[in-house]
Amino acid sequence: MSQPAGLLFSKDHEWVKVDGDVALVGITDYAQQSLGDIVYVELPRLGASLQQFASIGVVESVKAVSDIFTPVGGEVLEVNAELEADPALVNREPFDGGWFYKVKLADVGELANLLSPDAYDRLIAEA
Amino acid sequence: MYTPHTEQDVAAMLAAVGAASLEELVRVPDEVALRAAPDVPPHHAEIDIAARFAGFADRTHAGEYLAFLGAGAYRHYIPPVIAALAMRGEFLTSYTPYQAEVSQGYLQTIYEWQTYVALLTGLDVANASVYDGATALAEAAIMAINATGRRSLLVSRAVHPSYRRVLCTYAAGIGAAVDELPYAPDGTTDGTRLAAALADERYAAVVIQSPNFFGTIDPLAPAHAAAVKATKTLLIGVTAEALALAALATPASWGVDIAVGEAQSFGNAVAYGGPHVGFIATTETHLRRIPGRLVGRTVDRAGRTAYVLTLQAREQHIRRERASSNICTNQAHCALVATIYLAAMGKTGLRDCAAHNVARAAALRARVTAVAGVSAAFVAPAFNEFVVRVPGGAGAVLAALRKKKILGGVDLGRWYPELADGILMTATELTTAADIEQLGTALEEVVRDVARV
Repeated sequence: MSQPAGLLFSKDHEWVKVDGDVALVGITDYAQQSLGDIVYVELPRLGASLQQFASIGVVESVKAVSDIFTPVGGEVLEVNAELEADPALVNREPFDGGWFYKVKLADVGELANLLSPDAYDRLIAEA
Repeated sequence: MYTPHTEQDVAAMLAAVGAASLEELVRVPDEVALRAAPDVPPHHAEIDIAARFAGFADRTHAGEYLAFLGAGAYRHYIPPVIAALAMRGEFLTSYTPYQAEVSQGYLQTIYEWQTYVALLTGLDVANASVYDGATALAEAAIMAINATGRRSLLVSRAVHPSYRRVLCTYAAGIGAAVDELPYAPDGTTDGTRLAAALADERYAAVVIQSPNFFGTIDPLAPAHAAAVKATKTLLIGVTAEALALAALATPASWGVDIAVGEAQSFGNAVAYGGPHVGFIATTETHLRRIPGRLVGRTVDRAGRTAYVLTLQAREQHIRRERASSNICTNQAHCALVATIYLAAMGKTGLRDCAAHNVARAAALRARVTAVAGVSAAFVAPAFNEFVVRVPGGAGAVLAALRKKKILGGVDLGRWYPELADGILMTATELTTAADIEQLGTALEEVVRDVARV
């Protein structure tokens, strides 16, 4: 499996797309496949202040409820309202339409704690 | 599946705590160990035991007293159909089923209970029940705290004092603050400073009870409800007397986000401390935060109606410490009793019964306030209970009434020092005109005696 270029990854299977000091967050294709059919996503509140790697919401699939550990810290600028009506969007387009939320980065230095696409590939190959 | 510990497990655990054997671990110290057999009478024949216990039962004189007690536990007529159905073995022997979907009948009764609660409250979703009205309120507060990310609660002083104590116990455990909202001279919650109190968006929820602890009908006024909504604070509506829901505008209609309360009035006897049955209902927005079990209706492969436990992924046995509530069960049998009661009464029967309560309470209020020196404490409309002020203090008057075999009401001074002369009196459909006259006459004598002292 190869990951889309230009993204960073966490060990908890979230991806981050950075644009300046703003980052888009979602879960990986590997994560959505492992979870199965997603029926509900609980996202952080607009304006909430997130700490890197803290549990800030949940993804509920027909199999389990899993925590979302935010891969980056900062202030929530936007959440994906489409997931409310159509949570399966995460299964269909994990890297595009199924994004979770947008963050104004608190500290760009935190990005150093994340994995490159190759490193993430190695992580899931070992799993 | 139950997996016993192996000998190796036991040895490892004993080593960890430094005990040589299980016997040593649980050894009773000599100074407290029982040395001789306790002095207990020898065995008796079943017939003798039955006779002895009948003798104990005869020492109870509750039936000789005329009661005007309420304050969260209400004496209502219980139709015999309830015992005939609720005592069936299929219902009486089942606990919340672990292989739930095998018990379609039980799930159907829970689904019907949820439906009744949703109809009575006007809200979208209700759970399978919780322990009682007080814990229902505490669970609703946790829902509000999780939904808003705020850690303070603003609670009317006219909410049942016991409910507030349970709420404070839960709040202390989760580090939440509970502030009070005063009541106005008319016996309703004073909302004049509500908007100012909410302005800094500190409160997760405002808690109001209607009818409130004084019996007063106390929905939040539309202007105040707007202030609650404007600050994204949730409104929790409490009802300790569920029968009132059949007579009053639904909690949903006065803007509550979560309605909770006590449904003992629906077919469950007034017992010494319970069991009671709590209900909790909310809007679809907060569906996933509701605690406990939820039963849903669907169809099976052949298209037949089937009932299932649904949204279990949020419950504690799946989510462990991240679950929002540790409730994994419900008050199934009491909820079943309430469900049978509601089905037996029907919409018209329930409304008629509620109307009788209003009429009997009005008659009682008119009679007791006709006694010289006795006055109504509050002017706002009531459901089936109300507060009167009496000369000489509530405690003395109630004690004198007890000597006349009348339980005249509840002494409010216990919770409200400013109402030490206040008695909360209740009438239901079981209160007769003769009962009312008996209390009225007794109260005249008692008040006259108090005046003479």
